[in-house]
Amino acid sequence: MRIECPICGERDRREFYYQGAAVMLARPGDAATEAEWQSYLHLRENPAGRTDELWQHEAGCRAWVVVTRDTTTHVIATVRLATDVAQTREATG
Amino acid sequence: MVELIAKSACEGLLPLSIGSVTAEEPEYAVMTSLSAFADPSALDAALSKAHGLELPLPGQSTSKGGLRCLWFGRDSVMLIGVAPDPALVEHGAVVDQSDAWARVTLSGAGAVDVLARLVPVDLRAAVFRLGQTARTQLGHMQASITRTAPDGFEIMVFRSMAGSLVHDLKRAMAAVSMRG
Repeated sequence: MRIECPICGERDRREFYYQGAAVMLARPGDAATEAEWQSYLHLRENPAGRTDELWQHEAGCRAWVVVTRDTTTHVIATVRLATDVAQTREATG
Repeated sequence: MVELIAKSACEGLLPLSIGSVTAEEPEYAVMTSLSAFADPSALDAALSKAHGLELPLPGQSTSKGGLRCLWFGRDSVMLIGVAPDPALVEHGAVVDQSDAWARVTLSGAGAVDVLARLVPVDLRAAVFRLGQTARTQLGHMQASITRTAPDGFEIMVFRSMAGSLVHDLKRAMAAVSMRG
């Protein structure tokens, strides 16, 4: 499995650390309810298909990236810098 | 009082020559990591003014005389061979790394074959040219690898892993030399 790091280019998956679903980028606001925090911290989707995941290019440039991967075929659709994804999210609300 | 003795990371382990490949420890050099606070172009300008070096792009290095600057990870470069100019601290984090890394130069016709056994990145001359650098793995270690000559590389790993680095290189050098 190869992952195209936006900074380093295509690299072997062993250089990357897998964190999990990319939900950490959607941290609830100050006014969030207990149920929203419960969901944010503990509940995860288990999709058969496309999913966004956070990986870190740990042995390379050390950037966090959002990998959009199909869990049934392991085909990777996109790899984006987590900072870019977070900034887009902030900009669009 | 304890007498402290200056010792390089690979002292007693190198040099090592097997077949056509030689691993040596380069001369001690001051190394400083530079990370821009916000605007990399401000750090770039300060670096050019103070040391005559440009800030390298990802995967690249710049050099002037005996000074070098290696890309060393996201938003981070390593200045090698000179004490950093005080003006740099206004534009980025400036951290002394001189004793933090074990440095090894690997040279000889088979050097690229030795690294091919240890590194998951294509380092052949056609795609990894003079001055190009990569942060990648060597065995299980996080490493910085730079092509410094047509058949020569500079490898850096955390200083605590000097022994493992030499061990891994030695095994790979022996394996490459046995294949002739």
